[in-house]
Amino acid sequence: MAAVIEGKGGFRAWLNKRMPVDQFMEDQLTGYYAPKNFNIWYFFGSLALLVFVMQILTGIFVTMHFKPGEATAWNSVQYMVREVPYMWLIQPMHAVGASFFFIVVYLHMARAFLYGSYKAPRELLWVIGMLIYLALMAEAFMGYVLPNGNMSYWGAQVIINLFGTIPGIGPSLVEWIRGDYGIGDATLTRFFSLHVVALPFVIALLVMLHLVALRQVGSNNPDGIEIKEKLGADGKPVDGIPFHPYYTLKDIVGVGLFLTLFAIVVFFVPTFGGLFMEAPNFEPANPVSTPEHIAPVWYFTPYYAILRAVPDQKMGALLMAISVLAFLFVPWLDRAKNKSLRYRGLASKFLVGMFFVTFLVLMWLGLKPADGIYVLLARIFTTLYFLFFLLLPFVSKADGNGPVPERVTYHAH
Amino acid sequence: MSDHAADDTVPEVDESRRKFLIAATAGTGAVGAVLTAVPFLASWKPSESARAAGLPTEIDLSKMEPGQMTTHIWRKKQIYVVKRTPEMLASLSGHDGDLKDPESAESAQPAYAKNKTRALKDDVLVLIGTCTHLGCLPKTRFTPGDTTIAANWPGGFFCPCHGSKFDLAGRVFEGSPASLNLEVPPYSFAGDNKLIVGVDAAPEQGAA
Repeated sequence: MAAVIEGKGGFRAWLNKRMPVDQFMEDQLTGYYAPKNFNIWYFFGSLALLVFVMQILTGIFVTMHFKPGEATAWNSVQYMVREVPYMWLIQPMHAVGASFFFIVVYLHMARAFLYGSYKAPRELLWVIGMLIYLALMAEAFMGYVLPNGNMSYWGAQVIINLFGTIPGIGPSLVEWIRGDYGIGDATLTRFFSLHVVALPFVIALLVMLHLVALRQVGSNNPDGIEIKEKLGADGKPVDGIPFHPYYTLKDIVGVGLFLTLFAIVVFFVPTFGGLFMEAPNFEPANPVSTPEHIAPVWYFTPYYAILRAVPDQKMGALLMAISVLAFLFVPWLDRAKNKSLRYRGLASKFLVGMFFVTFLVLMWLGLKPADGIYVLLARIFTTLYFLFFLLLPFVSKADGNGPVPERVTYHAH
Repeated sequence: MSDHAADDTVPEVDESRRKFLIAATAGTGAVGAVLTAVPFLASWKPSESARAAGLPTEIDLSKMEPGQMTTHIWRKKQIYVVKRTPEMLASLSGHDGDLKDPESAESAQPAYAKNKTRALKDDVLVLIGTCTHLGCLPKTRFTPGDTTIAANWPGGFFCPCHGSKFDLAGRVFEGSPASLNLEVPPYSFAGDNKLIVGVDAAPEQGAA
């Protein structure tokens, strides 16, 4: 620390004596060595942070005009987008931002499956990430309920009633969550408090822990080998480069591409054909009219398809819970020696590929009505979904032990 | 402080006393934390006015035609009242084998509605119009033989959300995601044509 301060006078030295600013920058950015072979999949961590900051920022401004409550919520949203200058832009940025958050997070998670980023020593990093994902699901759900549109209302009805399937305490738990015999003022105002105050704090804390854990174990890379095992004479990894300026600059390119896509959606297709904003939510909540077809927003539909695939309510809810929580155990289900799929056999590659396809098909099925061929397909793909977690230990053990390179594969550009 | 440091008569640390004090302090603190959580958690329960809004509701049946259904609200729930015709009552027989809970053994209803027609009076069906799957409103599909629902459909309710099917006593058909029959709320009659939802029938009314 002394080395950093020495030779500098004035304000910077004064500041560093009282708060280790330079030291922090060195520890976290200029002295943090990341593998030099990152590819496009490594954009999504920093992009997730970007979307989080964007959601906080747009959320602050939406909160300035939003009035939570049964009688006021819907009208206040209509009012802000129609009459308040530029809220026609900021409110959809917040709504579309939620979908982009999940796109980025799903790609970020997919990266971990491709390169085994959840494997030791990064199990806790993965688990903290999954906790962020769970908190994000709660945050997104409550945000969807707040405007009190008709899909908000019926979606909330379906999701809150899931808790009613818990044996014994279910019915009273549901009443406690809603604070009324149905979804009402009490429900909307407490969701507002959780959405705006409690959960953002929880997510911010978890993101910080995620980064602390990442700094401890270092980033994985597409080859899945540890760069810390090959140190140069200076004690730095020979295959590592400082995060700043190398990856901060690379990430700016990702940010540019991301914001371009984001702007195109916000300006030209904010509802994204009913995927990002659903048609029934353009009319106010109506407790006496269920929309003909209830579907959650696209990022929840894989689990929703699993819920509906089971012809028994309690079993359906249980399987749905397991399907989400199963991710937590992936670091221990994967028993391969090698991390990256690059150095695993065809069976492992096929298994992960099948899982990606299954997840996307379930996502599509969850948007479709639950009848006819869709029910059969949902049952087939639900089976495949769980088959992935059941087969992973055996397949990874069998074909994940081939030779890996000594150094990361890297081609200068 | 320096006086004490030089003093070699300082007693040894009493480990067991220290352990006891740590345990007692932590234990008291934990109990206090749990008790402090009570008001915060209890603040989520329905308020007094929400509970007052859950008082019984009266429904006039005198203007209902046979075969007609009216909907009402009690405790933010839809209440379906169906004046069943003799044909509708007859449609309840013959498909017990296709039902998940034909005797309503697992389902929720007051004791006086736990019978063949799931009603106090055979011709008046009172149900909570909340699908026992996940709480959507089942739609009326009273026309028998509606093949869009099922072959040999006897008439009943169909939930648009996840496709649960119920007969004209709210009993759920096999193949539905819902496991239980539609719930019957507590209700009673005050005179021939006044239905009171939210007040249980007196035992002698139930025996009738």
